[in-house]
Amino acid sequence: MSETLEALQEDIAAGRLQTDELVLNMGPQHPSTHGVLRLELVLDGEAVVKVIPHLGYLHRCFEKHAEAMTYPQVIPYTDRMDYLAAMNNNHGYALAVERLMGIEVPERVEYIRIIMAELQRIASHLVAIGTFGMDIGAFTPFLYCFRDREYILDIFERTCGARLLYNYMWVGGLSHDVHDGFEKDVAEFIRKFRPTIKEVNDLLNYNKIFIERTANVGVLPPDVAISYGCSGPMLRGSGVDFDLRRDDPYSIYDRFDWEVCVGKGDAGTVGDCWDRHMVRVWEMEQSCNIIEQALESFPEGDITEAIPKRIRPPKGEIYTRVENPRGELGYYVISDGSQNPFRVKARGPSFVNLSVIDEISRGHLIADIVAILGSVDIVLGEVDR
Amino acid sequence: MIMEHKEIFDHLTALFPETGLEFDEDVPCIVVPPAAIRDVSLQVRDDEMLQFDFLMCLSGVDNADGTLGVVYHLHSVPLGHKLTLKVIVPADNPHLQSVERVWRTADWHEREAYDLVGMVFDGHRDLRRILNPYDWEGHPLRKDYEVPEFYNGMKVPY
Repeated sequence: MSETLEALQEDIAAGRLQTDELVLNMGPQHPSTHGVLRLELVLDGEAVVKVIPHLGYLHRCFEKHAEAMTYPQVIPYTDRMDYLAAMNNNHGYALAVERLMGIEVPERVEYIRIIMAELQRIASHLVAIGTFGMDIGAFTPFLYCFRDREYILDIFERTCGARLLYNYMWVGGLSHDVHDGFEKDVAEFIRKFRPTIKEVNDLLNYNKIFIERTANVGVLPPDVAISYGCSGPMLRGSGVDFDLRRDDPYSIYDRFDWEVCVGKGDAGTVGDCWDRHMVRVWEMEQSCNIIEQALESFPEGDITEAIPKRIRPPKGEIYTRVENPRGELGYYVISDGSQNPFRVKARGPSFVNLSVIDEISRGHLIADIVAILGSVDIVLGEVDR
Repeated sequence: MIMEHKEIFDHLTALFPETGLEFDEDVPCIVVPPAAIRDVSLQVRDDEMLQFDFLMCLSGVDNADGTLGVVYHLHSVPLGHKLTLKVIVPADNPHLQSVERVWRTADWHEREAYDLVGMVFDGHRDLRRILNPYDWEGHPLRKDYEVPEFYNGMKVPY
């Protein structure tokens, strides 16, 4: 055994001491991988040299299933991709088929869809923020976040009977109209929820320990983010001012007054874990603004009038994308004129965002990998589809 | 300046007169020969007038007529316009150039297309399966795919 540093270096130079890289498996059963993801870490001491993700543990080939089903039957399968944002998944798929068929949906349906999508965004971000805090060692904010998410799930349950997987947005309309007192419930939730954002800020986001763990960690420069196809809070956290709700507007988002939140590097460098995390916090505030404006002009009407009796889109293909809580969810749907889709390809934001992990993890410590993975906010149901 | 598909097509044919680009009006999209996709991709990414820096989606499709297709949906963040490129390859010789070095996101997308549909991207540095197990046989999204009865001695349910 070498006594001094010089002796140690001599031993290494002479080949008496092995300094090989070490391979460590993180996952698939690891609490910080948010599901069944295996990261093969190549380590030099405690520093990460390379991260090789192995996915597919939840793969069930959604796209193959979709080809064997009629268009409406695919909707419950879209729920199960990003199971924390099932409303948004429904929304994207319904939009794609509606555009293929040229269906215009009634005003009331558009409003309900927007409110549901934004509520779902808040619920999804609450999970992301809560579990990210917990990954880093802050347990209490997790409870605050899940408590408020529960109110949203209650509203969903009262409207469509399900808490997680809704099958709510159908092609041309919705499965149910909202329950009596829906507007009151949502307004009440927003009133209760706004103070929570401040609580989370005080408890977690501006906490010195939290900032030390996340600032300047996993910095993702904007050009790398674009080249890797990152979207959503990943892209905006890197300072790119891009949001599909504003820049490729769908539904009725262009009627509301709200802001796109962008990371500014307040705690460290632009594009670090703290920025990505804060974009989610700020976005919850903006979602509240959108919901409040939508409630003000919430119209009456029949929600079923545009639902077609037979869903058989004409021959053609379309690529539609919506802004999911995690980023750009795209559906590439090809129709051959029959009642089953010829091909449905889902471009999940988690899948694409995860591909950048090797690039932003190199040179960091193992403990930082937990922070980086938490800030990417993946849902394995969507990564593996 | 936002450019339409037809304008982009005219712009590209002027730059690649020999390549044999075709314009498909129904979709609309530009059909690129498999051996030229990397050059065309580099051009649309770096051209001042196009600047397609964001590959939204890369999809593999089995056209069920003996050919496979790869569809590239592109978006330009600075300019805000979109473009669809298509490559058609025969199913018995499904080789085309990789664009993995043009847009880094194509790395995983191409692995997925290789895994599920089975086209081979020449020049890809790490073309392994991604969603299926590494020793899985066949490509599930082929229209003539049959689910194997056994995988490593285990019965495949469904």
